[in-house]
Amino acid sequence: MASSLLQVSVVAADQEVWSGAATMVVAKTSEGEIGILPGHEPMLAILAGGEVRVTTEDGSKITANAAGGFLSVENNNVSVVASAAELVA
Amino acid sequence: MGAQLRVYRQKIRSAQTTKKITRAMELISASRIQKAQARVMQSTPYSRAITRAVSAVATYSNVSHILTTEPEKIQRAAIVILASDRGLAGAFSSQVLRESEQLAELLREQGKEVVYFLVGRKANAYFSFRQRPAERVWTGGTDQPVFETAQEIAGAVLESFLRDYADGGVDEIHVVYNRFVSMVSQVPHVVRMLPLEVVEGVDEPGEDEVLPLYEFEPEADKVLDALLPVYIESRIYNAMLQSAASEHASRQRAMKSASDNADKLIRDYTRLANNARQSEITQQISEIVGGADALSSAK
Repeated sequence: MASSLLQVSVVAADQEVWSGAATMVVAKTSEGEIGILPGHEPMLAILAGGEVRVTTEDGSKITANAAGGFLSVENNNVSVVASAAELVA
Repeated sequence: MGAQLRVYRQKIRSAQTTKKITRAMELISASRIQKAQARVMQSTPYSRAITRAVSAVATYSNVSHILTTEPEKIQRAAIVILASDRGLAGAFSSQVLRESEQLAELLREQGKEVVYFLVGRKANAYFSFRQRPAERVWTGGTDQPVFETAQEIAGAVLESFLRDYADGGVDEIHVVYNRFVSMVSQVPHVVRMLPLEVVEGVDEPGEDEVLPLYEFEPEADKVLDALLPVYIESRIYNAMLQSAASEHASRQRAMKSASDNADKLIRDYTRLANNARQSEITQQISEIVGGADALSSAK
């Protein structure tokens, strides 16, 4: 794929916690840790551990806590969805 | 002061105090509508993401799941009624209750037993006054619903959905709530939540838009297992938020017309009071004149 960035959004039940462009997303699913780079195939996974690490466009890292949610990837759009999610500083 | 005049003055004062209250409630509701609407907006990304995911699983994989398959025979149906905690909101609670009575009637005609889950003190009062049983009741916080309540409700209805008919479980779940159409229009709305008719409204993929071939982790049915309860939660939460926004809008309108009505009453009574005062004065003058006449002719 030509575009080399992921559009990531971290969404909680009552608000959108974070959204923006990223180069990599690392999350822990029920099967183990998974890293998502641009061009990843469409996927739907259940998150096990809460921590989701996002490496943003400019190289800084963001950690979000999204326990008991799921992760969906399609066309370089990544959504991390959980009933309660928050950014960890 | 004449008796008549005193009565009018009293009525004016009483209308004025009522107006102060209704005006205050109107302003409070007006300011809360904005917040309630904002919360509906803020929850949209979540429900959109979930709806998309559920539709992806449902359309791509052909797993059949207990939550999506229609039972052969529906014997008992549950109705979840979202009303309000407090009155003074016009027809808000009564229109929801009326709608659910109609739905219950329809379901009974189809030979189904009906059980109720009630949200809001008004719904509870309606049922307990008629001494009708309700499966479960939640009260408090209908004007500012929190996600935890939605989870609790979703948990309770799912639990009774998964139970067998023989153990008092239900085969079908309907939700009745006031949908927020606009500031001036809130209509009672019925959705059948379970068994799921997957994906209506929100974000239906277009005819030509093909959903991508998903990889599931773990298997598709496990993902569906985890996803569907969440989907129900988010649908119920959305309904609760809409209901809250409708409640405020409905209360604002009701209180506005109450204030206007008080204004009109005050105006009418002021006219009458003026009339009474004038006729009192006229009477006094004619009494004085009459008295003076009598005195002068008696000399």
